[in-house]
Amino acid sequence: MEHLTFEYPAQHVVTSRAHVGVVGSGDLEVLLWPNDAMRTQVAVQTSVDGYGHIWKSVLDRFFSRFDGAVRVEINDFGATPGVVSLRLAEAVEAVQAARDAGGAADPGAPR
Amino acid sequence: MTDQAITAAPFVARESFIELGARERARALLDPGTFRELLGPFDRLTSPWLPLQGIVCQADDGVVIARGTIDGAPAVVAAIESAFQGGSIGEVAGSKIAGALELALRDCENGRPVRPVIVFETGGVRLQEANLGLAVIAEIQSAIVSLRRHVPVVGVIAGMVGCFGGMSLAAALCTRLVMTRQGRLGMNGPEVIEQEAGIDELDATDRLRIWQLIGGAQRVASGFADMLVEDDASAIATAVHVAFSQGVASPHRSEAVQRYLDSLARIDPATVAPEAMRAVFRPCAQQDACDDPACGQHAAPQANREESQ
Repeated sequence: MEHLTFEYPAQHVVTSRAHVGVVGSGDLEVLLWPNDAMRTQVAVQTSVDGYGHIWKSVLDRFFSRFDGAVRVEINDFGATPGVVSLRLAEAVEAVQAARDAGGAADPGAPR
Repeated sequence: MTDQAITAAPFVARESFIELGARERARALLDPGTFRELLGPFDRLTSPWLPLQGIVCQADDGVVIARGTIDGAPAVVAAIESAFQGGSIGEVAGSKIAGALELALRDCENGRPVRPVIVFETGGVRLQEANLGLAVIAEIQSAIVSLRRHVPVVGVIAGMVGCFGGMSLAAALCTRLVMTRQGRLGMNGPEVIEQEAGIDELDATDRLRIWQLIGGAQRVASGFADMLVEDDASAIATAVHVAFSQGVASPHRSEAVQRYLDSLARIDPATVAPEAMRAVFRPCAQQDACDDPACGQHAAPQANREESQ
């Protein structure tokens, strides 16, 4: 098990949070929520050791396109880079849909 | 109660329940728009034991607890996520289920009935947390037994993991069980039986045989589960509604001790086959009473013995 952290500059505020995926074989879980500071911070917990350079490539590319100020927690159970990107896109889509709808991304969350 | 015909939509119009994750399953069982998750992933109630063994946690520890309504009545659903560690019950996952049931019990005792549903999809105790997992499964079982006096406790076993180990005993304590053909219910899984007793006892790759023994159709036909439903989210939700509308059971399956002892005595382990199990254990079709001397289900004095002690 390996713990990796990444940080990127951010340009705009995000107001809602999202949770997608499951820590199942070949899959991962993404928790994404607003960051108080104007930057993006990513923490990865992965079951597969030695792939830090691949994580960096995948996350560098993703956060060059999405520049919301969020904190991201990834719990990975051997997802391939394609699955990682899809799950991140799914999480971002959820917060953007919530922004467009003017509500929270997870209406089921206790308030 | 097995006579309830629950028809599913035509195949292409169905939404598979099996393919849904735990959160979406809970949402599908509650009235639309009422789903409200408790102790969700952002509460980060994770297993303290898995990281010590080099295993990545899931933020909800593989159990989704949701409040909402079923047919307008307050309800709580505990759904197990099979994709995380095989739906295994660790200390946190199990405590979430036990806690939800205990809170429902408190509400029932205070005159505010809450309808509890457990979506079983589990291999049983999480071996990495063995004793703590077992302890909390006992708490779940104890909560079900207390709760079912007030309100039906409804279990759903949809598959494809099924329900095994200590949690199969929890399922057996439920007032009513809803299963699909794909669901399985048993104490030991086929692989465990083959490993421990040899391939002569059971070939774990023989899928037809396994489903004949412990699949949903067999379990309903032999009275260990109550409703067989197609893999359709709305059909399963309807079955859960029906299960609640039938009210508290008396006696509960697990209280009919003498009936099951008598039935077991009629089974010859050397020659037993799935059909024989159905013939001996089939549920009685009569609702209130029957004249069949072989039917132990309506022998109320014996069946109620456990409860009166």
